[in-house]
Amino acid sequence: MSVTGVPVDLEPPSGQEPTEVPRGPGRLGDRLFGGSATLAGTIVIALVTLVGVFLLAQAIPAIAKDQVNFLWSREWNVDSEPLRFGVRDLLWATVVTSIIAMLLAVPVGVAVALFITEYAPRWLARPAAQLVDLLAAVPSIVYGLWGVATFTPFVGPLQNWLGSTLGWIPLFAPKYQSSLFVVGIVLAIMILPIVTALSREVFSQTPRTHKEAALALGATKWEMIRTAVLPYGQPGVISAAMLALGRALGETIAVTMILSALAPGSPWSWSLFNGGATFASLIANNAAEFDSPEKTGAYIAAGLVLFVLTFVVNAIARIVIERRKAFTE
Amino acid sequence: MYLLWKAPEVKIQRMSALTLVALAGTLALGACGSDNNTGTTGSNGSGSTGTAGGAASSADCPSGTVSAEGSSAQKAAIEEAISAYQDKCADATINYNATGSGAGIKQFIAKQADFAGSDSALKTAAGSDGKIEQAEADKACASPAWNLPMVTGPIAIAFNVKGVDKLILNADVAADIFNAKITTWNDPAIAKLNPGVTLPSEPIKVFFRSDESGTTENFTKYLKAAAPTKWTADPAKKWSGKGEGKEKSAGVSSAVKSTEGGVTYTEWSYAKDNQLGIAQIDSGAGAVELTGESAGKAVAAAKVTGTGNNLSLKLDYATKEAGAYPIVLVTYEIVCSKAADATKGKVIKGFLESFSGTDFQKSLTDMGYAPLPDEVQSKVATAVAALQ
Repeated sequence: MSVTGVPVDLEPPSGQEPTEVPRGPGRLGDRLFGGSATLAGTIVIALVTLVGVFLLAQAIPAIAKDQVNFLWSREWNVDSEPLRFGVRDLLWATVVTSIIAMLLAVPVGVAVALFITEYAPRWLARPAAQLVDLLAAVPSIVYGLWGVATFTPFVGPLQNWLGSTLGWIPLFAPKYQSSLFVVGIVLAIMILPIVTALSREVFSQTPRTHKEAALALGATKWEMIRTAVLPYGQPGVISAAMLALGRALGETIAVTMILSALAPGSPWSWSLFNGGATFASLIANNAAEFDSPEKTGAYIAAGLVLFVLTFVVNAIARIVIERRKAFTE
Repeated sequence: MYLLWKAPEVKIQRMSALTLVALAGTLALGACGSDNNTGTTGSNGSGSTGTAGGAASSADCPSGTVSAEGSSAQKAAIEEAISAYQDKCADATINYNATGSGAGIKQFIAKQADFAGSDSALKTAAGSDGKIEQAEADKACASPAWNLPMVTGPIAIAFNVKGVDKLILNADVAADIFNAKITTWNDPAIAKLNPGVTLPSEPIKVFFRSDESGTTENFTKYLKAAAPTKWTADPAKKWSGKGEGKEKSAGVSSAVKSTEGGVTYTEWSYAKDNQLGIAQIDSGAGAVELTGESAGKAVAAAKVTGTGNNLSLKLDYATKEAGAYPIVLVTYEIVCSKAADATKGKVIKGFLESFSGTDFQKSLTDMGYAPLPDEVQSKVATAVAALQ
């Protein structure tokens, strides 16, 4: 990507550099910088590995004692000896809220980014971009408070209407007000700035030649965006979406505050208006009472699933981006 | 051509920086999506609420720093007590970390906390890991560990029903409500207890604590004891009834406040602060309103099951005593009868003397707690005096 945007006039004057600057590991600054960069990289890798090892080490003894299928069971009973816990409900709630968030945030985020880079007049583009970025700076507890006090009652009528008109579809069966649906929308607002900021940056780097070529061939503005900007920005948008998804999957406080937990033994429901708990919210809710190693282990096992889920999502994003790159450059 | 402004070369660097930040963000999210640090506010009593004891002789004032940990149900009370004590004895520092009863006991046994606050006395039966809390604590102390009841917190059945300020329930009806057997407010069972009250036909929306809590445990203990045929689940920190879960006392209280037809169980102070209706309980001898006095009566009726100065109480939730409000939670301070560190021991003793003193106990009502009834208070005072 870095090659495409550089105009010709920035090329260094030829014939000067190769003879005068001694290259290689000889210079101190070079070694210092190289060394510290390597160190930083190594530390990050070591950190992630250690987190994974920690989660595994703590989770395995608890999973070994689990009396039900860890991935498939809906029970969560870790207080008394025959431990019975499974993550199906958690996985469902986590994935559903994140999907709702993505369905809303990605199209809107891309549209906002296009507006800022292509449509908005210059005096508006910069403040608009900064305002969207500001959304990312709002702490999630504020989203939580706002979600509970203001947004949930606000969405209530919409939910009720959906529930009463489309209630025959299992997905829209009426249940609670503080539902997965509401959480999904709040998460969408929380991840919107990530999608917008990253998409904006890639869109603004579309080579001018591509755009001019499209316009020269008689394309309208929308056709130019469709044929030049969007294909060029696609890998960037995908990577933005995946980063946003990572945030949505792991969001803790806002979800904990808004989402209604289900009473134990509640029947399975496909409804978006059901309550539940995500991995992160379940752990956060019970962190105060981790009083035996097995119990702690059970929650850490749930954390492990979230860790793996995030990992898989990021890996998929990498693969997709690598593939797309081949077409754009 | 006319709208193509600005070559984007500068943005390349910005882009990569942004990606890095975002990447770091995701990594952090993946790594620790759960760092919800519940209340690590060390209470060093900065708020100086002047007490009358300001002029007390500094001769009885020990100096030293003590750290304690445990129940969040008594957080407000103990913080106020610490503040009051430190006004009197400036050289004594007590830090209370409201991490939850289980964590408090664990830290106490691990000798990380000098004393623990807990919603329940040390268990004398073997737990899931085959260890007996009381024995473990005795071992950690190298002397008997004592449970000293210090704060009683009544649990209110708080409701939000349009046009209803006064509601009378009994254990059976409460159990049915929280089990979703009774689903509308004008159910005949409720109407029978509330003659003359116009009850709306709206559905009952039950809210429960989604986090594990001593409040849930004590409330279900009450239901189980007072309505054994209606409530069959074993009392536990995790909710076993029906309804919709909300986080912590603040969550359930505000949910009831914003939901017509809502009902929950919560600490008295939360029900008061949110101006929710508080149900009166009829245990067979007439409806009893929740007051400091009526809750105290239930505590006074409790049996002491510990030996000597170890004052574990067994509350009689099924009490039929007239004027006693039966749903109460007693929080204990768990201390070593003989402190390993004499300096700390003096601070603990001095602090608990002030905490259990009648003057301070009386002031608890304003915070939504009930004072210890006189009989229990004098026993606690004796025990505190015997601390070494």
